Amino acid sequence: MTGNWKSPALYAAILAFGVAAPFLFPGYTTQIAILWMMILFALTWDIAGGQMGYNSLGNIFFFGAGMYLSAVIQVGMFTDVGTYTSARGGEQLVLGYGDYFVSVFAGMAVAAVGCVLFAIVIGWVMFGLRGPYFAIGTLGIALSARELASTWEWIGGGSGIAMPVYPGLPDEKSQVSYIILFVLAILTFLSVRWLYTTRFGLAINAIRDDEEKAEAMGVHTTRYKIIAWSVSAFFLGMSGAVFGNMTGFVEPMEVAFPTVTFGIFMVVMSLLGGKGTLWGPVIGATVFHIIKEVTWTYMLGWQWVALGVLIIVNVVFFQQGIMGWAQDKWPEFFGIEVEEASAAGDEEAA
Amino acid sequence: MGAMIEVRNVSKAFGGVQANQDVSMDVTEGGITGLIGPNGSGKTTLFNSIVGYHPIDGGSIRFEGQEISKFRVPQIARLGMLRTFQQTRIYGNMNCVKNMLISVPHRSMGFLEIFGDHSTQELEKAEHLLEFVGLYGKRKLMAGDLSFGQQKLLEFAMALMNDPKVLLLDEPTAGINPTLINGLIDRLKRANEEFGITLFVIEHNMRVIMNLAEHIYCLAHGEMLAEGTPETIRNDQRVIDAYLGAH
Ligand SMILES: Nc1ncnc2c1ncn2[C@@H]1O[C@H](COP(=O)(O)OP(=O)(O)OP(=O)(O)O)[C@@H](O)[C@H]1O
Ligand SMILES: [Mg+2]
Repeated sequence: MTGNWKSPALYAAILAFGVAAPFLFPGYTTQIAILWMMILFALTWDIAGGQMGYNSLGNIFFFGAGMYLSAVIQVGMFTDVGTYTSARGGEQLVLGYGDYFVSVFAGMAVAAVGCVLFAIVIGWVMFGLRGPYFAIGTLGIALSARELASTWEWIGGGSGIAMPVYPGLPDEKSQVSYIILFVLAILTFLSVRWLYTTRFGLAINAIRDDEEKAEAMGVHTTRYKIIAWSVSAFFLGMSGAVFGNMTGFVEPMEVAFPTVTFGIFMVVMSLLGGKGTLWGPVIGATVFHIIKEVTWTYMLGWQWVALGVLIIVNVVFFQQGIMGWAQDKWPEFFGIEVEEASAAGDEEAA
Repeated sequence: MGAMIEVRNVSKAFGGVQANQDVSMDVTEGGITGLIGPNGSGKTTLFNSIVGYHPIDGGSIRFEGQEISKFRVPQIARLGMLRTFQQTRIYGNMNCVKNMLISVPHRSMGFLEIFGDHSTQELEKAEHLLEFVGLYGKRKLMAGDLSFGQQKLLEFAMALMNDPKVLLLDEPTAGINPTLINGLIDRLKRANEEFGITLFVIEHNMRVIMNLAEHIYCLAHGEMLAEGTPETIRNDQRVIDAYLGAH
């Protein structure tokens, strides 16, 4: 709450890094683009998970659903989807710049709106569940979506669906994906930062602290829960659309619904950075992504063990996460009052 | 003055335990009604039935003439009937001011207001009410860091923030430092007189309820044992026996 974290200098530095990174580290454009997506993942997970106390294990569903929606729209704009997928990649869509970008943005728009609709419908059912039942229920949604996508021939089944080919060179494509993901991450951050200052922010925190109390006070809990998930779905859907185009090929297991990688990373990054805080997911995603990239490079074969150890240390010894720890250590810095500075005198200590 | 809440022949059992049996009673509009009874006599159960916390087995509950026995908790709360909890419930990881700000009335909350910030009037009202219960100096503290008694006062202030028509208080003085109880009684009376809130109070402390309520009901073993003015209740042999027998 105090000046420092909100200081324009910090935002300027992040913005400057974001703009300069592809020029400074051209070999890492894609990795840094994925970092922005990871930040988006953690921020969107934390809306329900950290701020509202509903730990979803299935948010990856919206990522995959958005990806498939955009694939179907982008292909469907130019050819018949069923015929296209039954050719099993024998035919690929080659478009000019204009058509390509129109299709990408149309795909993103449909992904965003479609995922919000999914969040409303599925949330209606899921938010009747509490605690571990909600977690497992949402995981079930992601897994069934994956199975459904693997068997649904119209969208390519297990062999997937090829996205329209980027009209330019591969480097240029990475840069374009980078820009879109960077902008999406910024939009996500600004949206949640604003949302947390509104009544919505208060309401989801109240639901986290004591949902039954919130109901007894007349709070429209169901409405808030569904809005919270819809916001996550909106941004995750678009990120899925972009990622599908970036990869160039959409298939259910590894790309669209990677439940045990991206799906779990979302949770881990929020926990690592400090759930229920604005900056925690950003910090957590950054630290996690760097550790992950480093272990993938230098500890090949052991990378999953290293990540597993990180997760265990996090949840066993460091539950409050980086931001939670920092807030405990320097509360004044974050504008949190822990005890009376001076005896106010008019108090009745009961 | 008519009845704001009319309870008729309400029964509620938990498995084999008949927590409420054929209970009938009225809460007078604008007044302070008391509910007493030994431990386990079904007082909290009756509150829970009235506010829609659980379905009742039989009977009827009306609020301002409207049948509410099928309504759910948030719906009833938005009609203007609020309850506080015997075990005191506040939002522990939010500071006191935020606890107050989210407690504004939700009856007419439009979709767009969800994304608005609180108004200056709301903040002023929140601070004024925190002052009213003596928590102004603690307003920036996390509610979970307050003492039990302070949390009770905060919960009361939150209820007032909601502008209820009627407030059901489950043992408001339990756990409060005895030296502060008189102050609390005074505030309850002021909430009733100045803010015009009808009160329905469960209370264990006889001295408190005799002081506070105009009309008192006494439950024993889930059944309505007696009702009347504090004077009648105090001298009712069945009430005396129920209390003596229970201890
Ligand atoms: N959810 C429940 N499940 C099972 N039994 C319950 C439940 N709630 C209450 N009871 C039982 O119903 C009876 C009445 O309980 P209730 O809490 O209404 O009493 P009370 O008058 O509020 O008591 P106290 O003065 O101790 O608060 C008790 O025997 C209690 O054990
Ligand atoms: Mg009770």
